Amino acid sequence: MLFIKNIILKYEQWGIPVAAYLVKRILSLIPVLFVVTIVIFMIMHLTPGDPASSILGLEASQEEIDALNEQLGLNRPILEQYISWVGGLLRGDLGDSIFMRQPVGQAIAEHIGPTLSLAILAQLIAVILAIPFGMLAAYKRGKLTDYSLMALSLVGMAVPSFLLGMLLMLLIGVELRWLPIAGYKPLSSGLWEHLKFLILPGLSLGTIQAALITRMTRAAMLETMSHNYIKTARSKGLNEFRVMLGHVFRNSLMPVLTVLGQSFGTLVTGAVVVESIFNIPGLGQLIINSIERRDYAVIQGVVLIITIIYVGINLVVDLLYGAVDPRVRLGRR
Amino acid sequence: MLGEQRKLRLLRLKSNYGLLIGAGIFLLLVLIALIGPLFAPYDPAEMKVVDRLKAPSPEHWFGTDEFGRDLLTRIIYGARVSIGVGLLVSLLSSLLGLVIGLYASYYRALDHILMRICDGLYAIPGVLLAIALMAALGASVTNVVIALTIVSTPSVARIVRSAALSVRNLTYIEAMVVQGASSSRIIWKHIMPGTLSPLLVQASFVFAEAIISEAALSFLGVGIPAPDPSWGNILQAGKLVISKAWWMIVCPGAMIVLSVLSLNLLGDGLRDYMDPRIAGKGRKT
Repeated sequence: MLFIKNIILKYEQWGIPVAAYLVKRILSLIPVLFVVTIVIFMIMHLTPGDPASSILGLEASQEEIDALNEQLGLNRPILEQYISWVGGLLRGDLGDSIFMRQPVGQAIAEHIGPTLSLAILAQLIAVILAIPFGMLAAYKRGKLTDYSLMALSLVGMAVPSFLLGMLLMLLIGVELRWLPIAGYKPLSSGLWEHLKFLILPGLSLGTIQAALITRMTRAAMLETMSHNYIKTARSKGLNEFRVMLGHVFRNSLMPVLTVLGQSFGTLVTGAVVVESIFNIPGLGQLIINSIERRDYAVIQGVVLIITIIYVGINLVVDLLYGAVDPRVRLGRR
Repeated sequence: MLGEQRKLRLLRLKSNYGLLIGAGIFLLLVLIALIGPLFAPYDPAEMKVVDRLKAPSPEHWFGTDEFGRDLLTRIIYGARVSIGVGLLVSLLSSLLGLVIGLYASYYRALDHILMRICDGLYAIPGVLLAIALMAALGASVTNVVIALTIVSTPSVARIVRSAALSVRNLTYIEAMVVQGASSSRIIWKHIMPGTLSPLLVQASFVFAEAIISEAALSFLGVGIPAPDPSWGNILQAGKLVISKAWWMIVCPGAMIVLSVLSLNLLGDGLRDYMDPRIAGKGRKT
């Protein structure tokens, strides 16, 4: 810990607070990721009974079970297993899938595309809906528009995304037949072909996310609007549009960005569930299939990769603060 | 004076529509879960092949499912499971979170260890952690409760800890220390009461989140196993017959939305009620 403090101090002496902040923030991730690996490792060792025999089923002979235990390294002491697993992770090796007979990393690479595509589309939909609505609600605070938007977002926050997914599927896919109700085409088969299959799942995830972000945007805008510099901006004769966009919104970006970063984790896990409705071959399908096959290495890998993506995005959001807010950039927090 | 204060508090309660509506709907749902089965028109497990996937009608208000079982009955029985799981998860994680948060706030060395563990658990997206836990533990009601308790405890512990820390730094705690009161007495008799209102608010959000998560797990087939009904596994069955039976999605879905909405209203309302300073924040400038 002292070593870390020294590095940070040095950067601050050199007058580079951003770099100091960056180093501090990245180093603070080490204990978190350490705990994450322990948790994920332990989960898979919680399995009641002998994993090898549950993988092989009831008909397996003792020799087969022993052989699989040997192959998986399950007969070694638990600490040794953990160390070799983490050692592998550091070299980018997530282990091998027993069922699919391929490296876990490869299986994840094959399935991560649809999930990320879906999560990004959903986040886009959420932002396009939430930020204008949040601004509108803040601008019209206490009026009917504000109350209706807030009531709508309250209901939105109570709807699980997979439920909305099925309702959309019922309405638009089954009744109106505007869009395909299930399946997936990769981006390589054309943008529209790709999007056609992702619009419904994207809408179901994005709309729910928008409910939360609308509220956050509104709250952040109202908080900013109470400051005196907004009064100044108005009294110097700026039109309302420029006040709202240039002053209020710009200064409300930090909390909004934070929610966007945090909501990405919800979106990716939401995508895992929503994928199963729309039959999208993403990480959700991979993890659910792996649960049925008791392919623990794959489950560990998927959970780990999604967690790293989530933690990474929150890191990027933190660093973006510097770009958005000069107070952070100059190291005065 | 005291009467005056009580009157004021009652007035605040009466003008807190969110809290009242939320509590009202939620109590109704709990009542359905508790005594609903006495009034349920059919047996939840009774299958009638001729009545498969019948649309809502006077005999079957919510229609029937793919085995000809009455959906209203199954939703009433499902309320027991879904609300029961939510209740247990919020009780257990409140209790665990309270203990962890209080002791973390009091002992610095413990604080580092406990909070790093919470940070780590918190870094893994909730439903995903629950899915992994269910994969290891196996699908059952008990395991859903265990998994969701593990997922929601860190958030409670964090909130209790920060509330406890602000109490801990007050002068009267210092006075207790000087007087030589034992640590556990200070923690439980003097710090703990100050953490109860944020804990209660968080518990209602955990409750809501647990209902959604249970539904998601059961929907994915790793939650409550059939034939016991829960709102989530009715939805799972509904997914397979989506083009034939909209009622199997709309009816259990409406129950989930209603219960989560009422709990969110309850939580928001409680927060406003217990801390009038933040009440109406954002409503006026």
